[in-house]
Amino acid sequence: MASPLHQFEITPLIPLHIGGVDVSFTNSSLLMVLAVAAVAIFFIRGMSGRALVPGRWQSIAELTYDFVGGMIRENVGHEGRKYFPFVLTLFSFILFGNLLGLLPYSFTFTSHIVVTFALAITVFIGVTIVGIVLHGAHFFTLFVPSGVPKVMIPFLVPIELISYLSRPISLSIRLFANMMAGHTMMKVFAGFIIPLGFLGGWAPLAVDVALTGFEFVVAFLQAYVFTLLTCLYLHDAVHLH
Amino acid sequence: MPQLNVAMFPTQLFWLAVCFVALYLLVTYVIVPRVGTVLDERQQRIDDNLERAAALKADAEAAIATYEKALTDARVKAQAHLREKTAELQAEAEARSRALSERLAGEIKAGEARVMEARKAAVEGVRQLAADVAGDIAARLTGGAVESHLARSAVDSVMGSR
Repeated sequence: MASPLHQFEITPLIPLHIGGVDVSFTNSSLLMVLAVAAVAIFFIRGMSGRALVPGRWQSIAELTYDFVGGMIRENVGHEGRKYFPFVLTLFSFILFGNLLGLLPYSFTFTSHIVVTFALAITVFIGVTIVGIVLHGAHFFTLFVPSGVPKVMIPFLVPIELISYLSRPISLSIRLFANMMAGHTMMKVFAGFIIPLGFLGGWAPLAVDVALTGFEFVVAFLQAYVFTLLTCLYLHDAVHLH
Repeated sequence: MPQLNVAMFPTQLFWLAVCFVALYLLVTYVIVPRVGTVLDERQQRIDDNLERAAALKADAEAAIATYEKALTDARVKAQAHLREKTAELQAEAEARSRALSERLAGEIKAGEARVMEARKAAVEGVRQLAADVAGDIAARLTGGAVESHLARSAVDSVMGSR
């Protein structure tokens, strides 16, 4: 029986070195490229009709577009429009990465902490830059909660600072842990099906069927949560509370 | 745990950067304009249609107002015409009945005159007869002729001016 963690193994497909660094094209890279291709096909093929009354695919593409657009409108406001392409990229990349990872024998690149952390730190640095560019030094009032007695400020500022700095960590671990835990659980239960035979094998199989449905929800939900938190961080940077 | 294999970090970060930037460019320059145009066009079309519907509704309301005004005008005109004609006919009828009653009054008067004349003639006839009869009777009694004018004056004196 293969280890439940075997599915997270990265195997190089095309060895590649740039400046002495190993940047081989791996199964993870393949799924990232496939995710980009899937997003491109989803939107470009879906919208190719440019129909006034959309068909099925165009409806889904438009709904996705509107879903992300609505998230920004509600959480960031009108000023959030210029960050829309980035947020849509983030949402669709994570969503398609999660969904493609559910295919048998494929690989879930969002189950690797280094990938989710890179995405989270990109959001964190980007949001901080947006805040400093928009508000200058005034941006740092974000760490001073309003309406607090002056005596409390020395205690509260470090707390606010820590909570701010822990954002990329919580953001990346949430996505990584959810994806990894779900996939590991499915593999663990799948491993019991054959050994338990005809009499007992149906129980873990039933659990796996339920988990598969559950994983689809998680795949969507985690992409949504990641994007929503990005919108909330953008709100803080744009409006300072 | 394969996730902690640091040797595989650079390749993941490299391909993540490549793919994410590629997707970002694709979204910014292809997907957002494409979907945005379609959604904008639809919104434009809906707005246009709503505007046109509102214009048509205003037109219809104006037409209804014109129609109702024309209807009221026609009704008012018809009533005025009716009143005018009624007055005219009434005047004509009155004039005609006046003329008729005048003519009838004239005829009644003429008739009365004729009756008076006939009566007068009848009375005269009776006098003459009475004078003749009286003359005859007197002649029989006296055995001589009696002057007719004497008999007449005698009858007149008896009858008086009746």
